[in-house]
Amino acid sequence: MKKIAISQLNELFSAISSQKMLYIPADDGAGAAKFTPWAEGISLTDKLNTVRSAKDLFFPQVENLVNFKVEGTKIDIVENRDAAKPFVVFGVRACDCASFDILDRVFLSDPVDTFYQTRRENGVVITLACSRPAETCFCGVFGIDAADPAGDVTCWMDGENLYWRANTEKGEALTESLNLTDCDDAAVTAQQEESRKILAKLPLNGLDLSAFKDEKLLDVFNSPKWAELSESCLGCGTCTFVCPTCQCYDVQDFDNGREVRRFRCWDSCMYSDFTMMAHGTNRPTQKERFRQRFMHKLVYFPNNNEGIFGCVGCGRCLKKCPIHMNIVKVAKALKEEKV
Amino acid sequence: MPVNEEFKPTIVAFCCNWCSYAGADLSGTNRLQYPANVKIIRIPCSCRLNPMFVLRAFQRGADGVILCGCHPGDCHYTTGNYYARRRMTLLFSMLDFLGIERERTRVEWVSAAEGAKFAATMNDFSATIHKLGPNRRLEDLRCRKD
Amino acid sequence: MQERLKQKATQLLENGTVDRILGWKAGEFFYDLTPAVFTTKEQIEKDFVFNVFAGANLSKYLIAESRKGGKVAAFIKPCDSYSFQQLLKEHRIWRDNVYVVGVQCDGMCDAAKLGDGVLSVKEEGENLIVDTLYGEKTVLKADAIADRCASCKSKKIVIFDELIGEQGEETENDRFGEIARLEAMSPEERFEFWRGELSRCIRCNACRNVCPACSCEKCVFDNANSGVRNKAAADSFEENMFHIIRAFHVTGRCTDCGECSRVCPQNIPLHLLNRKMIKDINELYGPYQAGADMDTKPPLTNFTVDDCEPSIVHERGGQ
Repeated sequence: MKKIAISQLNELFSAISSQKMLYIPADDGAGAAKFTPWAEGISLTDKLNTVRSAKDLFFPQVENLVNFKVEGTKIDIVENRDAAKPFVVFGVRACDCASFDILDRVFLSDPVDTFYQTRRENGVVITLACSRPAETCFCGVFGIDAADPAGDVTCWMDGENLYWRANTEKGEALTESLNLTDCDDAAVTAQQEESRKILAKLPLNGLDLSAFKDEKLLDVFNSPKWAELSESCLGCGTCTFVCPTCQCYDVQDFDNGREVRRFRCWDSCMYSDFTMMAHGTNRPTQKERFRQRFMHKLVYFPNNNEGIFGCVGCGRCLKKCPIHMNIVKVAKALKEEKV
Repeated sequence: MPVNEEFKPTIVAFCCNWCSYAGADLSGTNRLQYPANVKIIRIPCSCRLNPMFVLRAFQRGADGVILCGCHPGDCHYTTGNYYARRRMTLLFSMLDFLGIERERTRVEWVSAAEGAKFAATMNDFSATIHKLGPNRRLEDLRCRKD
Repeated sequence: MQERLKQKATQLLENGTVDRILGWKAGEFFYDLTPAVFTTKEQIEKDFVFNVFAGANLSKYLIAESRKGGKVAAFIKPCDSYSFQQLLKEHRIWRDNVYVVGVQCDGMCDAAKLGDGVLSVKEEGENLIVDTLYGEKTVLKADAIADRCASCKSKKIVIFDELIGEQGEETENDRFGEIARLEAMSPEERFEFWRGELSRCIRCNACRNVCPACSCEKCVFDNANSGVRNKAAADSFEENMFHIIRAFHVTGRCTDCGECSRVCPQNIPLHLLNRKMIKDINELYGPYQAGADMDTKPPLTNFTVDDCEPSIVHERGGQ
């Protein structure tokens, strides 16, 4: 365990950013936290978490995959992917860090998504333990310990010090390059104890997901509850875009008359043109689209991934849904159902 | 923004079929000169101009967009230009509100007999845009010709 | 108020006036209400709520609800009533299938202003007693009031079959003050302001989907054949384009209910664009309030021969 005084935080960020691009959660123009490239004058937010998750840094909302130059009947394929740039992201919460495992299962399984892979290899994740969780947090349901997050480096913060523990080789390498003081675990252990007391009190931490079992797939799928649950869904993409584990994307071409630029962009299962095919869409109403989102997270994903749910309990969708319909309400409603 | 000596503004002029397009035609047959970078797009009536067309013109490289139609009272469809007038007033106001240079958009009424007015309008508008420099605030970088 | 609404809902179902009730359903916490349809007394008893967080405008749901057969009762607040009437005017709601219960409103609160860790909230007079993970606190309702309600334009319920609470009047407000402040800036400053705001947009479409004036069957931005679908909003142009077209398409129809700004996950003050158009319409074509009545012609489908020329935008220089 190492430490550095909070008053030295700026020096720490400065030292890291002199080696690699550093992102920290800082307040944006509207006072909400956002992962922001660190520069002199940018300070750490006091908000619990960012509106957009840390997923953005590994799987950005829009990325230019490739361009096609067209001259007459000749088409040149122009690869223009960014050169791999090493970066550090500081202040990732336990939930977002756990989301990387879920994204890895999607993008790093065969065929490997090399765009994502490059960023994962080049990114150092510094997590920050939570000491003041929100009522919407329920990471505990997924076995995530917000008082002891994973990541290449784990940090804890109290009023005086930032405590620092390297977990991986990448983390060790970064630690060695920094001027940190050795210390014992006492302060961190004490904070963890306090945090865990609060975490235990979180109202949603007892969420029961036992209804979502492989063998019950069809029962859950055919539940009459979906119609009622999805009735007031606006069909916007807020939940999917703030979600750290949503990973669906679309590929779109932009033709400027001289070349065609191919972009990968986030897509949302809530949208009417999601997975549109030549024959139309196979999810014609919001009920099917809504069901897809939750079936994917709670049934399909675990079925294909050793029972791991496609949710990390960060609570962003609870906070941000315009009509406050969310995974917790869905899980509770379907649990009541005799499936 | 420094004014580039080489800068030749691209102007998109939406012209109504009945008056202004004929006015442009007349200025041509009268051999009046106006800049070659004025691209005329003929529309059935000034009222046909969807605000999206204006934005798309800027996206695809226009530095200024002008709408020309029949004089109020002379619309081939009686009232089309009156509706267009309100629409464009509000659209231009919104663009101005967003900080897009208000000189980049204009509406001018040009009749079929006003070939000289058409050429003068285009010369004047083109000069204004030339002074302003290239459109940067409402441009799509993917469309920039480098 | 909640009890009166519940009684009314139960009564309307039991005496056969309606088959369904459109209201708000309780959530996990006091503040997370979801618009919901109720069909039985038991459901109403168990889940129906109305409190200072019932901000969602229910009028848009009536487009679909009024077409489902049978009759639906909806609880409509003053600002919702403008949206409702505007939709009627556009023939989007089947009036015969809707029973409107007007509900007076003292302004809705914004849960984000209560801070983190809110477990429950109790309304006590002018106060909200907020129980959080970190202890109890008392918050003045006035301090937690939603921004849009702080500049409420009207407490008048413009259309209803029945009223709960007092009928109100149009109110004095400073809703155009913010617009005037922006107008006073230089174009460069305004451009910077809007780039800062719009660059946060994540293109979730919540502003569009919640908007009662946005009721196209298929939005041009969802239509692959329109040439402007920009799901891959790779360039700042597309953020501008989307928000300009969104605001312009509702110009003259926007009632200024403020739902667009309420739902924006990135807190972009989208209502300012709509409000600018309302201010312009008022100043250039005479006072107009969308949804205030069924008869007045909307400003963009109307004209006078003496209307100002578009060059007014240049002449007045930003104002």
